[in-house]
Amino acid sequence: MDRKRLLEVTELKQHFRVSKRYTVKAVNGVSFVIHEGETYGLVGESGSGKSTIGRSIIRLYQPTSGRVTFEGVEISGPLRGKEQALLRTKMQMIFQDPMASLNPRKKVIDLIAQGLDIHKLYKSKEERREKVYRILDKVGLSREHADRYAHQFSGGQRQRIGIARALIMEPKLIIADEAISALDVSIQAQVVNLMKDIQEETNTAFLFIAHDLSMVKYISDRIGVLHLGYLVETGTTKDIFENPVHPYTKSLLSAIPLANPIQEKKRVAVPYDYATSGIDYALGREQSLSNTHKVLATDEELASWT
Amino acid sequence: MNEPVLSIRDLSISFKTSNGTVNAIRGVDLDLNKGETLAIVGESGSGKSVTVKAIMGILSGNQEIRSGTIQFRYNRDGEEVHQDLLQLSKKDMRRRINGKRIAMVFQDPMTSLNPTMAVGKQIMEGLIIHLKMSRPEAHERALELLRLVGIADPEKRMKSYPHQLSGGMRQRVVIAIMLACNPEVLICDEPTTALDVTVQAKILELIKNIQAKMQLSVIYITHDLGVVAKVADSVAVMYAGKIVERGTVNEIFYDPRHPYTCGLLSSMPDIVTETEKLYSIPGSPPNLLHEVKGDAFAPRNRYALNIDFQEEPPMFQISDTHYAATWLLHEQAPSMEMAASLKARIETARKEAGEWTESDSWR
Repeated sequence: MDRKRLLEVTELKQHFRVSKRYTVKAVNGVSFVIHEGETYGLVGESGSGKSTIGRSIIRLYQPTSGRVTFEGVEISGPLRGKEQALLRTKMQMIFQDPMASLNPRKKVIDLIAQGLDIHKLYKSKEERREKVYRILDKVGLSREHADRYAHQFSGGQRQRIGIARALIMEPKLIIADEAISALDVSIQAQVVNLMKDIQEETNTAFLFIAHDLSMVKYISDRIGVLHLGYLVETGTTKDIFENPVHPYTKSLLSAIPLANPIQEKKRVAVPYDYATSGIDYALGREQSLSNTHKVLATDEELASWT
Repeated sequence: MNEPVLSIRDLSISFKTSNGTVNAIRGVDLDLNKGETLAIVGESGSGKSVTVKAIMGILSGNQEIRSGTIQFRYNRDGEEVHQDLLQLSKKDMRRRINGKRIAMVFQDPMTSLNPTMAVGKQIMEGLIIHLKMSRPEAHERALELLRLVGIADPEKRMKSYPHQLSGGMRQRVVIAIMLACNPEVLICDEPTTALDVTVQAKILELIKNIQAKMQLSVIYITHDLGVVAKVADSVAVMYAGKIVERGTVNEIFYDPRHPYTCGLLSSMPDIVTETEKLYSIPGSPPNLLHEVKGDAFAPRNRYALNIDFQEEPPMFQISDTHYAATWLLHEQAPSMEMAASLKARIETARKEAGEWTESDSWR
């Protein structure tokens, strides 16, 4: 693959000190790369650290250790003017609950233009309005919507506003943290299709964080499977779905319900319990199965899994 | 005879809001047979939750039942009792039905458990009040229930508080509370939406096992069609306050007739077949503040006929168990061509289901 590396995460660690004696190790040395214009899906159960990774990358948290580079600039250290400007414009985030992330007292036009206001990216009021209109068209909202308030919209439309807010900065990378989990199935499809269209048009990369594997499969080029803060397996969507190696990945895949009642009634999910499995993630190292497919394992574990 | 445990007839419910009256439920007919699992699917706002809240008698103050009956048939000390639940007062519902005969599991276990009470005590509460057990008896039974729902080390867990348990464990405790009084009907309102897929699979399997053991009738409310495929015997699809299609789970999944059901099935991402673009139903559900003329789904329906905008379609019968409300099934209607992608998907699903054997593991 000769595509340009957009985001490079190396040995990222994020620990939270709760008290003197107790530290939550949310992320334990995770490394991955996102190329320009691709979608990387992060999956895992709640508490696996997938949201924490997204938040550490965009610097809502101060990473404990590790290196994150974005467009060749290190963004995991202290942020000076230059890094700050790059990070806050070219990387954007979409959150799970659109209502909670939109100010109820602001009109849609001001919500969407907030980023432009902060970074002073327009010369006149007309230009600002024009820019917002263009984005509204892009996300499938009409121009009349600009003067309404967030509560006047349905869940799917609110998430479109969330996407519009991110898009107006013309970002290179959008972090979508469970961006569609709160939406209905039919609306989920609309929003996911919108994200795909936008990606085709603007070549924006996505870090797609979700626990719904079937949606992740549909949208992602590559997938990373997280468990307890470790990236246990990563590869192309094909690698993960057709040739899962790690027992946790297998268990996760077997738990997805399928739309096929006769088959589904007979299927029993493969159980996986870390405590009794005898696997110690801390001992494993990244083993390459192919150019794209990597799994966290010790040599013996790898031999027994494949 | 397989007489239904619950039968709802012509149920209509409206909400009074500051903007006017919302007709949330517009004539729902539904039957639940003994030992059967019925899944109600639909988007948020389609009225699925309101329907079961009416069964439980826990509608909020601004909700008004316009018409309808909910007949509940149960066994009281060997004699069969028929009761219209809508005729009971709230007090009688609490005393005789809720928790004892019909129990409900809610979406978020954290909000249905009391955070200041140990879980053992919460399980015993219903036993002492409804079944008039003594404390030691109730304690024994609570331990038994915790074991039944698959909680290891129940003696220790009896003294735990909800915040000390994981999400999956909490939902297990809620299920144990619901099962405490041996109810006839269990209603699960999105029981696994707040849980992870792996935990979800375990909880669904648990409910299924218990159901078989205790001859429970279960109503599932969900918008996840995968869950429906896993647990349901029959399915009712709701749209804008009406049931638009109902049938056995196989009929709904392998032979959907209503365009909305087809749309729902197509918009579900499929991990077996490769699709470039996910199908999405265009538009959004109607606002029930305004009166719906004709078929509520017509504006979003590619195949809508003229009559769809004028007259409401009746329920057309397709087989003994399969009904759908769409004019497309009328004998004079032009035949509807199902979307190619859905056709292909159902085709593969049928094939897999036929060839699938026990030894085939996940591929």
